[in-house]
Parts: sequence; structure tokens; C-alpha cells
Amino acid sequence: MNVGVGLPTTTPGTDGAMVLEWARRADAGPFSSLAVLDRVVYDCLDPFAALAAAAAVTGRVRLATMIAIGPLRPTALLAKQAASVHALSGRRLTLGLAVGARIEDYEAASVEHRGRGRRLSEQLAYLRGGIDEDRVGPPRDGIELLVGGASGQAFSRMARYADGYAHGGGPPRAFAGAAARANAAWRDLGRPGRPRLWGQGYFALGDVEGGNAYLRDYYAFTGPFAERVVAANLTSARAIKDFLRGYEEAGCDELVLFPTSADAAELDRLTEVVAA
Amino acid sequence: MIVSIIGGGPAGLYLAILLKKADAAIDVRLLERNSPDATFGWGVVFSEETLGALRDADHETFLEITDTFARWDRVDIHYHGRVLRSRGHSFSAIARKQLLEILQRRCFSLGVDLAFGVGVDDVPADADLVVGADGANSFVRRAYEAEFGTSVVPEGCKYAWFGTDLVFDAFTFIFRETEHGLFHVHAYPFDEHTSTFIVECPEPTWRRAGLHELSEEESLVFCEQLFARDLRGRELFSNRSLWLDFPKVTNKVWHYGRTVLLGDAAHTAHFSIGSGTKLAMEDAIALRDALVHRAWDVEAALVDYELGRQPVVERTQQAASESAAYFARVAGYRELEPIQFAFNLLTRSGRITHANLTFRDPAFTRALDGWFARTAEVLAPPPMFAPLELRGLTLENRAVVRPDTPSAGAGLVLSGFVAVSSEGRITPETAMMDDWTPGARPVALQLGHAGRRGACRPRSVGVDIPLRNGWELVSASALPYGPFSAVPLELDEDGMAAVRADFVAAAARAAKLGVDILELDFAHGYLLGSFRSPLSNHRTDGYGRERLRFPIEVLDDIRRVWDGVMAVRLSVTDWARGGVSVDEGIAIARAVVEHGCDLVHTVAGQTIAEDRPEHRRGFLTALSDRVRTEARVPTLVGGHLTTLDDVNTIIGAGRGDLCILDLPLSDVERELAQGSIPAERAVVPS
Repeated sequence: MNVGVGLPTTTPGTDGAMVLEWARRADAGPFSSLAVLDRVVYDCLDPFAALAAAAAVTGRVRLATMIAIGPLRPTALLAKQAASVHALSGRRLTLGLAVGARIEDYEAASVEHRGRGRRLSEQLAYLRGGIDEDRVGPPRDGIELLVGGASGQAFSRMARYADGYAHGGGPPRAFAGAAARANAAWRDLGRPGRPRLWGQGYFALGDVEGGNAYLRDYYAFTGPFAERVVAANLTSARAIKDFLRGYEEAGCDELVLFPTSADAAELDRLTEVVAA
Repeated sequence: MIVSIIGGGPAGLYLAILLKKADAAIDVRLLERNSPDATFGWGVVFSEETLGALRDADHETFLEITDTFARWDRVDIHYHGRVLRSRGHSFSAIARKQLLEILQRRCFSLGVDLAFGVGVDDVPADADLVVGADGANSFVRRAYEAEFGTSVVPEGCKYAWFGTDLVFDAFTFIFRETEHGLFHVHAYPFDEHTSTFIVECPEPTWRRAGLHELSEEESLVFCEQLFARDLRGRELFSNRSLWLDFPKVTNKVWHYGRTVLLGDAAHTAHFSIGSGTKLAMEDAIALRDALVHRAWDVEAALVDYELGRQPVVERTQQAASESAAYFARVAGYRELEPIQFAFNLLTRSGRITHANLTFRDPAFTRALDGWFARTAEVLAPPPMFAPLELRGLTLENRAVVRPDTPSAGAGLVLSGFVAVSSEGRITPETAMMDDWTPGARPVALQLGHAGRRGACRPRSVGVDIPLRNGWELVSASALPYGPFSAVPLELDEDGMAAVRADFVAAAARAAKLGVDILELDFAHGYLLGSFRSPLSNHRTDGYGRERLRFPIEVLDDIRRVWDGVMAVRLSVTDWARGGVSVDEGIAIARAVVEHGCDLVHTVAGQTIAEDRPEHRRGFLTALSDRVRTEARVPTLVGGHLTTLDDVNTIIGAGRGDLCILDLPLSDVERELAQGSIPAERAVVPS
């Protein structure tokens, strides 16, 4: 199993220099990918702009959206942005897409919330398909495509169009259940081989209270679920190691650990745990 | 700290005890609407593992509870005049009344403030923690139903909960045929004088028997007479024993602010797996543990409690729903031989499988295996390795593999989709009948026409992604399949004649090649499958009015040139609104059987791209079971079966006849595949 790390693009008070420093250190560390989240109505960076910046200061790690909310963007522009990051990074993009969880993001973007699943399917078919006869460059081949979401449709969409599944987080047991669903859908759609399985979790090794406060704020829109996200925050080396072991046993290929603070010392602490 | 517990059932009382024990300074107040001795229901069941948890949580009540227990290790199944016995199932039960008395006494001695006969109109305002332990119809829950995300839906049969003075010596299932339909009983002892006796039947049977018009007393008499032989002259007792629907309660979250739900208020599990009280008392233990662990930080503890309990409870609820659904359709299994009927019953919820039943009761699975192998000998291989006879063809075992997996040892190999013509291909790489030859044997040739799902890029890239320069597509109607799919031509009469000729030519070639099974594709929205659904067939001609007409014409044509085993791969449901339902799919299965189909390969969905499937391990098993039982035809089923135990359980229980295995390559197999052991070995010191 590979281990990736999140780029702190949604943590409060993060400036450009901090994001670039984080990306540099991650590229030099034991991580195989650098990932971002996507949200419109919040003080956070655009995922493609952030990955483009990270592309400029890294040379090795894969750059991933975990996930980007596809239907918020017109399909050709989404393809353009993704392909541009892919080109700028020397073909290192992993594009995770899903419908997202917040109506307010759709409202802010003036995009109809209804029909989002169908539009995501169209986007995936477009990204895969050569539908535009390659008039919208740069070339998209080599973009690894993931789909997230927990509905039955999300899994069949994943198996139909993508290379793998982006899980939304939770204990290893929940991931194992999702992995079985992903594999079942993959076989049912007649895909050869098996889907790549990506997982994610949050960590706070320095300022635990600050990290928890950020998660409470970021997930306030989920109501009572926010406290569950806080409860799952990995706040010790042992918790991280147990989490890694559990995910590896559950068949995870790439596990991304997202920070709850942009302090570069947090990344150094994680590096120590992952490298050990 | 003040804790208000609403509801004096096992969950509430047990929590009160545990909290008071954990910290005697806590002010625990329990409010119960009824008087202390008013109780409904008769006995409650516990499993071995629950007993362990109760022993650790409070040893005093554990000793009292186990003192009065009825214990048994047998499940007896009374069916068609036979009694099938299975051993090795450790159960205990206690009178609900007795359990409450023990818990109430312990509460008093620990100084819990118990108030009976107190109606609750408002959730107590002064408490630091309010516990809704007030049952399936919880008042506390109803105050915040939107916040909890409550759902209450009936599941299973009509049932009435009686007691009897006949003391059973096993968990007993009784099945009784009547002119109105099948009735069944779940009965178990709970002390030395009395047993619980629950009578169940599906709602239509209940109506036909006129039970909806009988009084409580009259329906007791009805049940007593119906089961007189089983009751051996003993009586039934009523305790508000009305006919009820079981409410399945689920809540998205179990706490809101300082209010938390416990036991049936949070979740119910159908009584046919006997887990309700067990879950309730385990909830109490988990909540106590969380509060102690979090040093009485209520908010943090409630999150821990919910996170810890929800996955466990969800699994039990899933098993309980499977069990409830089994009993709702059990009349359909009346033709199973007693041993298979019993194995099917024991494995109904998915918690008992062939492998773990072999561990509990080796004699039972040995009998099943022997019966299944139709051998008088004592030793027989498990069901997966029993041969299958189909129209003169003998398959050596029940394991089926896909073309891209190793086939050695399998009873049957699938060819993968083989197109009848070049226009019928899915991708340019799809095999065509003209140049297809069988590889491993025996083989099922899967013959189809892709219809509107044709002219796509290879599946290594994705599915239903159109080629830039594809070929012209045909379908039942001129409706594109997915995003960017080409609009197909509506197949006209000439086109239909051509397709029929292609299928007949392919079948003739298959016969010449000595193919073992010929499988015709009526599934997944391919050409013949597109005719069978209103979602893809909008025709106004006879082939639209009678949607099965064209697929059946093809089947009849093939039957004329092919006299070997004929299979049909059928999407039993579209998994989409307005599409083919399971009931309609079973009617289609019956039709194909009438037209000479020997084996239904049960699949579902993919009629349209945006369907709503539920992919998981074994997701097609229930459909295969229904097709096999209701259309009376052998079935081939996949649905991500990953262990030999899955196959033994499905085949043994009669839920399918052939299973497609998805065996992931294990570390051990990878290691062995490295070849022989390296020559250099460590020198053993002498």
C-alpha cells in the first residue's frame, strides 16, 4: 500500500508559501501522492489551482483530487483544467470525482443540484472518451480516474468509467465493506483486473485541539456527523500505524492522510511515523 | 451529574445499574410509564457471547439471570411430519418478567431513583444526560425524529406472541399447512414451566383465514386448534397477544445534544433471530463504557457509543431483515426435501454458513452432503463438489469460472460474450461466432448481440464508451444507451429476420463445435434484453405490446437447431424506476422455461446506464433463489462469490445450482506459484 498526504488547502490561515513548502517537503518524503479536497463555500483553495502550484515545486509524487465535485464545472472546462494540471506536472494527475455533499456549493456555482449524478456520468464518459475529438487539449491520456460516493450508483459509475474508487473515510472495516462493493461492481460491469482503491483519513500530531476545532468547523454542515469525524482524527503515532495496518489488510492501494493544520512541523511528524 | 432514563425495560434498567456501579455519586433517575409488574411478551433469548458480556458488566445480576435460565443447544424443525434436529447452537432464555424483576431489585439496592406509573410529557430539562430507552415506539425519539433521521417500516409477516405451558426442549420451528396458506411457529422454553410460542403467517394468508376479523380470544383458540398436535393438549396463553406487524426502526444518528437512544428506541431487529434484548443490554454496556472512558464528558461519550455500536447493530439488523424476508416467503420452499429445507432455514440470515454449521454440528452437514450427493454412503463431498445433471449433460461440480480466470478444476467455463455477427459486437475485440473455438471444457457458449451497447472502446478503458468511428447500432427502440452513445436504429422486420438468422447460424455452428451449453443473452440491455423492458422498448408494434415476443422467437428458433442444454442469461430486474420488477422478471423466467430453457443465468440491472444497483458480496443470491423457487428452474449465479463456503451454502440451501467464483489470488498462492523450494537450505545444527 502506498501512503499519500493531503495538501493543507482547506485549513484556515494557510498562505501560498505554506502550501508550496508543504508540497516540497512531501515530495522529498516517503509519500507517493499529494491530494486536495474541493469546496466552494469555504475559505479554501481551488483544487486545480493548488495542484498546479504543487506541480511546479514537485517532481515525483502523484497529484490527486480526493475528490473534486465534477458537476460544479462545465465538462469541457473540467477536462481543460485537469489536462492542464496533468501537462504541467509531467503526467502525474489522479482525478477523483464525485457529486459532493453540499447543496450550498451548487447554489453558489449556480448549478442545478438535481441531475448531478447523471451529469457526473456524462463528464466521466467525456473524460474517458475522446468525445471532443481531442479538440480540447492537452492530451488526457494517463490521467488516473477515480470516482467517490457511497450510493449503489456511485459504485457502478466507478466501475463503468474509472480506474478506481475514492473512499470517503472511516474505520478500516468500513473501507473493507466499500472495497467489496467496488470489486463486486467491477466484475459485474465486466472490467478486467480490479479497481485501484484509495482511502483517506485525518491526522493531528501536534496541536490536537486546533485540529479538532478545524474539523468541527469544516464538517459543521453534516450536523452530528462532525463529532464522528473528530472522533476518527488520528492523533498519535500508534493510531496512525494501526490505521495504516487496517487499511492495508482491507485491500487499500493508496491511503491519503489529510492534515488538520498547515504547520510544516505536522508533515515532519507524519514523515517520521510513515518512514519508521 | 443527573441522568434521566426514560423507559424501564431491560436496556434502561441495565444502564441504571451500570452507571450507579460506575459512580455511586451520579443521580440516576428512571421513569417508567407502567407499573413495575406490567410486562408484555414472554421470554427473551440470549446467546453465549452476550452472556460473557453480562458476566463482565455486572456479576451479581449475571448470577441471578443464569440461575433461572432455560438453556438448550438444539434447533428442531417440524416440517412435513418430520423433525429435523440441529445441535451445537448455544442459547439461553429467561422470562422477560423475571429479568425485569432481577434488574429492578438490583436498581433499588444500588440507590437508583425508580419511578413507575409516571407518564413523560416532556424530556426532563434538568438532566445532564437523557436516555431514551422507551422502546420501538419511543416518546423521546419522536421529540427529535428529524434530527435522529428516524425510519420505521414494517417487515416480515403478521405475528402474534403467545405463551404456553408446554416446555419445549429446543428452539422449535413448526410449519403447518392450511387451506389458507402456510403458518409457522417460533417456540422456545424460558423457564421450567413455560415457553414462548410465536405464530406467524404472511398477510394474505392471515386475511384468508379471517384472522383480521377475530377477537384476541378467538384468534388464540384458532392458533390452539391449528397447533393442537404440536401443543400436545397444552394451552396457549395470551398477554395482549394481538396480531402485529414488526416495525423495523432505524436512526441515522442515535444522539442529539444530551439526548441518546438505547435499545429498541434506536434500532429493532426482527424477533426471528432473537437479538432485540441482547442488543439493548449491549447498548447499555457500551454507553457505560464510553462515559467512563471519556470521564463523563457526555458529548464525546455519545459519539464513541454511536461509533462503536452502529456497525455492530447494522450487521445484526441486516441479518434480521434477511431472516424476516425468509419467513415471509417460506411457503415457496415447501417442495424442498426436509434436510435441504432445514439447511435453508438455518442459513437464512447469512450468519450460519455451511462451514460454521460444520463446526457446530458436523453430523448435520454430513447428512446434508450425503443427501445432496444422492449417495447412501456416509462420506460425501460438500455440495459444491456434487455433480449436476442437465438434459443428459453431467457437470462434475458446481464451480463456474469466467474466461479470464484459471479454469482447472471448475465444473464449467464461461466463454465470455460471443457475438452472433460483426454488428453484434460490444467492442472491436469482442469474439465473433464465425471464428470462435472452445478452449477449456466443458464450456457454456455465451451467445449475444450487443444491440445499442455495441461499437464501444475496450473494457480495459471503461464500459459503454463509444468508438469514434463505430458501426451502426440497432435496438428495440431508437434510444441511446448512455452519455454520448450513438442513437441506434429501431430494429425493423427485415432486421429482426436477419438477427434471427444470425442466431440460428451461430447455434448450428455451436452444435457442430460440440459446445456443452448454449447460453442466450437476454440481459444487461443488449439487443434481446432491450426488448424485454419498458425502459428500452418504446415500440408501438406487436413487439412493443408484447415485449418478450422477439427474444422468445429467437429462443424458439435456436431450440429447433440446438438440442443440447439451453441456458438464458436474464436480467431479472432493471433496478430502475419504471423498469422490470423482480416479480415481472420471474414471470419472464417462467416464459423462457416454457420455451425450452434448462438453466437461468440470473443477473440484474444494466438495462439502462443510470440504474440503481446494490453491488456487494452475493448481491445476486436472493434473486437466484426466487427464480429457482418460483420459476422452478436450475440457476447459475455469480454476484461476487469469493469463497468456496459461499458456494457450498448457496448450493446446499437450494438458492442456486451453479456458482460463478471470483477467487482473489492469495498471498499463499502467489508464494507457491514461485515454483519449487530453493536448493539452499539452512543447515540444521546437530
